[in-house]
Amino acid sequence: MKISPEEVAKVARLARLDLSPEKIDQYAGQLDGILGYMDKLSELDTSSVEPMYSPVDHVSVMRDDVVRKDYAREDILKNAPETDGSFFIVPRIV
Amino acid sequence: MSDLTQLTLSEVRAKLADKTLTALDVTEAALARIQATEPTVQALLSVQAEEARARAKALDAQGPDAAKPLWGVPLVVKDVLCTKDAPTTCGSKILENFRPVYDATAVARLKDAGAIILAKANMDEFAMGSTTENSAYFATKNPWDTSRVPGGSSGGSGATVAACQCFGALGTDTGGSIRLPASFCGIVGLKPTYGRVSRFGMVAYGSSLDQIGPMTRTVEDAARLLQVIAGHDERDSTSVNTPVPDYVAGLAQSNDLKGLTIGLPEEYWDKGLSSEVAEACAAAIKQAEALGAKTVPVRLKLSEYAIATYYIIAVAEASSNLARFDGVRYGHRDHDAQSLIEMYVKSRTQGFGEEVQRRIILGTYVLSSGYYDAYYRKAAQVRRLIRQDFEAALTQCDVIMGPVCPTTAFKVGEMTADPLQMYLMDIFTISTNLAGLPGMSLPVGLGRDSGMPVGLQLTGRAFDEARLLQVAGVLERNVPATGLPSL
Repeated sequence: MKISPEEVAKVARLARLDLSPEKIDQYAGQLDGILGYMDKLSELDTSSVEPMYSPVDHVSVMRDDVVRKDYAREDILKNAPETDGSFFIVPRIV
Repeated sequence: MSDLTQLTLSEVRAKLADKTLTALDVTEAALARIQATEPTVQALLSVQAEEARARAKALDAQGPDAAKPLWGVPLVVKDVLCTKDAPTTCGSKILENFRPVYDATAVARLKDAGAIILAKANMDEFAMGSTTENSAYFATKNPWDTSRVPGGSSGGSGATVAACQCFGALGTDTGGSIRLPASFCGIVGLKPTYGRVSRFGMVAYGSSLDQIGPMTRTVEDAARLLQVIAGHDERDSTSVNTPVPDYVAGLAQSNDLKGLTIGLPEEYWDKGLSSEVAEACAAAIKQAEALGAKTVPVRLKLSEYAIATYYIIAVAEASSNLARFDGVRYGHRDHDAQSLIEMYVKSRTQGFGEEVQRRIILGTYVLSSGYYDAYYRKAAQVRRLIRQDFEAALTQCDVIMGPVCPTTAFKVGEMTADPLQMYLMDIFTISTNLAGLPGMSLPVGLGRDSGMPVGLQLTGRAFDEARLLQVAGVLERNVPATGLPSL
């Protein structure tokens, strides 16, 4: 068994998802099969291989430090589920 | 069917330029075609009819502009690409009411080139799926046979182009999501080299794999769309600053394939191909040989590891990318939650569909402490080996050819029960994304058994889209015509 229902529940909490007990069992079964399939990679010796995280070499791009206003505040707030006109509003934190 | 909507992008563009047609004529014809066929095909999540008409009228008032290569041409874009003030749902309930405040760079470039954006195409939720059945809204049907899927995840883009609702579309491809629906719908689809097209404004799935590309009825049409969207963009640091050749001019350069070497990987031709796919693709290779190309066997020995590698990397990147959907700045929010954490959890659980949640959990797991090295790092190492495999093969040949998919379009509902079974359909397309290379699907005829289109896959060297287009252009004129579905 690669992944237990308890581990699925823990990972779901980390990912901020709330799964029913039935879903947890269902996902555990499916993910177990998928992870078992992924274990195929352990057949390959990659001890001397540098990981490739992207097909292109990332270079930090420098731009002149110039102020630029691309978007108006009201545009950015247009999609907010809750706003007071100036800020995004969320449930009380402290 | 009205003849006008059956024109290719290149044809309609010429008729617009010489004023045989107005932008409004063409837009009205496309909108009428959408109205007539959309109840059957269900390719589109939203239609911007009024905006399109207004834009067509404004263009007509100014008259054709030779500096705008897509002047007056109605197009559709996949709903994963941000369109200013128009819905951009990614096929997900979590973005049901989202209206971006900016255009994706690829969309902005289409508009700057004079194109008219007609509609947003259906897709598997957040591009996760191979059938477009995973859309949170509805499943798109294959215009050739509505009991079959159009492929995915850009199934709406594939179906809208095949159904002649528009003259071309943009799709996105993370593991085959342009090439598979192009193959299933009998159209041309091109996934450019990673870095060729800016991803700015494309809602990310697997950031190191995603590319935007054209889906069209002809190779020339694909060349014209790629010409407009390709090129460096300062807002995407992974878009590469390398010159963009004249793709359309390149097409006219040859009528045969003399001097071309085609690599045929035995891993792609031996493995469980349906007989009709094997037959149609083999006939196309034979035709290529008759046109002067040489074929050589090549090996892609790591192909059997590609799916495992791909799904580890893709879900890891997805779980990270989809963390931004938290109900704070945009998207669905649960308004009853009493605490911030409860708000995050409820908003995400209500907003994301099942396959998305499954991949987020899997991705979170492979990135979690204790498993990171065994899965994510390991996959990234195998990914380098897979790219080296391709680089070695492409020293022996100019283009690699094989089928896009082992079968033609399957029936609706056939692949929904077992997620792993569906992941396996991507076997021939995902390596291209892992290696970052350009890949293309070209229709090479109809399958003998199913009567459904078959796609041949062409894979090339990095940034060598010009050659893929040129070779596909010659083949297109010499393989059995796929034609259009009778809708």
